[in-house]
Amino acid sequence: MSAEIIILLLAATVQSGTPILYATLGEIVTEKVGILNLGVEGMMMVGALAGFIAALYTGQATLAFLVGGLAGGLLAALHGLVCIGFQGNQVVSGLALTILGTGLADYLGTPFVGQKVTGFSAVPLPLLADIPGLGPVFFNQDPLVYGSYLIVPLLWLFFRNTKWGLRLRSVGEYPEAALAAGVSVHLYRWAGVIGGGFLVGLGGAYLSLAYTHLWTSGMSAGRGWIAVALVIFAFWRPERALIGAYLFGGIMAFQLRLQAMGTHIPSSLLLMLPYGLTVLVLVLSSRKGTRAQSPAALGINIEPAE
Amino acid sequence: MPLWHSCLVLSGAVLLSLGISAAMLAFQDKPALEGIVRLFLGAFGSIWALEDCLVKAIPLFLCSLGVAVAFRLQIWNIGAEGQFALGAIGASWFALTFKGLGPLVMLPGMLGMALFAGGLWACIPAVLKLRMKANEIIVTLMMNYIAILFLDYLVYGPWKDQESYGFPMTPVFSPAAVVATTGSTRLNWGTLLCFLFGVLIWIFLRYSRLGFELMASGENVRCARYARLPYERLVILVMVISGALAGCAGFLEASANLNRLQPSIMVGYGYTAIVVAWLARLNPLYIGLASFLLAGLRVGVENLQLDLQVPAAFGSIMEGLILLTVLAAGFFNQYRLGVHKK
Repeated sequence: MSAEIIILLLAATVQSGTPILYATLGEIVTEKVGILNLGVEGMMMVGALAGFIAALYTGQATLAFLVGGLAGGLLAALHGLVCIGFQGNQVVSGLALTILGTGLADYLGTPFVGQKVTGFSAVPLPLLADIPGLGPVFFNQDPLVYGSYLIVPLLWLFFRNTKWGLRLRSVGEYPEAALAAGVSVHLYRWAGVIGGGFLVGLGGAYLSLAYTHLWTSGMSAGRGWIAVALVIFAFWRPERALIGAYLFGGIMAFQLRLQAMGTHIPSSLLLMLPYGLTVLVLVLSSRKGTRAQSPAALGINIEPAE
Repeated sequence: MPLWHSCLVLSGAVLLSLGISAAMLAFQDKPALEGIVRLFLGAFGSIWALEDCLVKAIPLFLCSLGVAVAFRLQIWNIGAEGQFALGAIGASWFALTFKGLGPLVMLPGMLGMALFAGGLWACIPAVLKLRMKANEIIVTLMMNYIAILFLDYLVYGPWKDQESYGFPMTPVFSPAAVVATTGSTRLNWGTLLCFLFGVLIWIFLRYSRLGFELMASGENVRCARYARLPYERLVILVMVISGALAGCAGFLEASANLNRLQPSIMVGYGYTAIVVAWLARLNPLYIGLASFLLAGLRVGVENLQLDLQVPAAFGSIMEGLILLTVLAAGFFNQYRLGVHKK
């Protein structure tokens, strides 16, 4: 392979890793407050559709992107209602959210199949894009990719150095202590769930607005579940999520490239790659146990006795 | 908790989700009330429809029974869909490889292969969970995608019927490999398998020592470990049972309903089974009822598709809504007794 193809492949890696990155960051925020939301796949689908419809009607790409996030947050609020409000089982509620979200997107999206939106396209950053090697890979992308570069360090700082970030973490680590310290556990859990859902929705909107520019049923194709696995791989840390997301972006880009080049390997076998890799990555990163890294109160409901 | 109370809460939850679904219909400019009525009539309003419900309830029941056994131990097996696929693949392999066999050898052979393939597929996440601490939810889910793609690979590639005009499907099974329908109805003899497995699982959970240990461990895994209950063996056992039952469902679908293997066999029974299991509170008897009702939902939605051009995804919306509202309603079962005191 020539250098040019490798650079193209790496640029595609960053692009296809970006929706997974947004979704993984969203799930990290959710799980940090102690709520496990397995509805990522559903929230991505709804985000993808909402963003697409908004782009179609307003023509405003940025607005549409945010609408996608809002839709994700709205669906996540249902999870909050069931788990925080009504103490329902988090695993089952998340699964229900995936069923509902994919159904909702398919149901409402049927009339939009086959249409196209302008959405986002690559905007090379001045000077940075001219750096040999790195430039075309990282700095000749669409604005949403640049946005994801910013969100990672911001989240990192947020969880480490801000009052709200620490409180968010505290309700996921030791809610009783947080409560005793005067932190409203439910308020912060709500914030984490909806904020996380918003980021996941953005990931979905990226798919329809920047990745394909169209809407198809089932377009998130398991990316939401990959994001759930990546949270474990990332040990709940935003900076490691970046590595994980690009790993999967890489395998997806590689797989598409191989198909485009017309290999003899059947496409169904190639399509298995990301899912197989997810299992592998999960096994390797959980081998020694993840209890030390995971929020201690993850998946545990807190009684409404504030 | 008195039974009438939980029934009241449950029906409240279902009514709420029906209301929201009706609103969804209205949102798409469809007649909302008429839609819900048609949904019910389409599902339960004629003998033909009721038969259809029973036919669809068979795979749901089997998958859901397996899911429930795993959930009892708090092992979140989301992989019924993939295990179903593997069961169908296993049974088809047997049917396509040993074409000349008579039904007395063929059908047990196919069933055996389906149980084996489904059980083995489900065993992988169990082992990965025990040995490598890998989260079974994600592993089983990823293996669903892999299983479905593997099925696609087979029917588009090596198993493809040469005379299918390019359609992805295997050749039709020999008549010996088809589970027959019972007399005048469209129900197949696989219904008997449902009864058999249902009773076996019920006895196993209620009266066997392992079943008791399973229930105890499901209540509290740490206590079970202190009591030296064989937790690891139980995990493997429930996953194998789970996978084998889903595999059996795959066998019946391929053999009795399609008479061959083709991608359209995957219609999401494995995911609906999770809804069924949870609605039935993981109880084998209620699972029978719940799988019939959710099969009815599928049949009703098919009707709506024809009558009012409602997209098929409407069924998923209703499933998700029902599950969410029932989950939330559990709160009222828990907190009925008196005011919460600090």
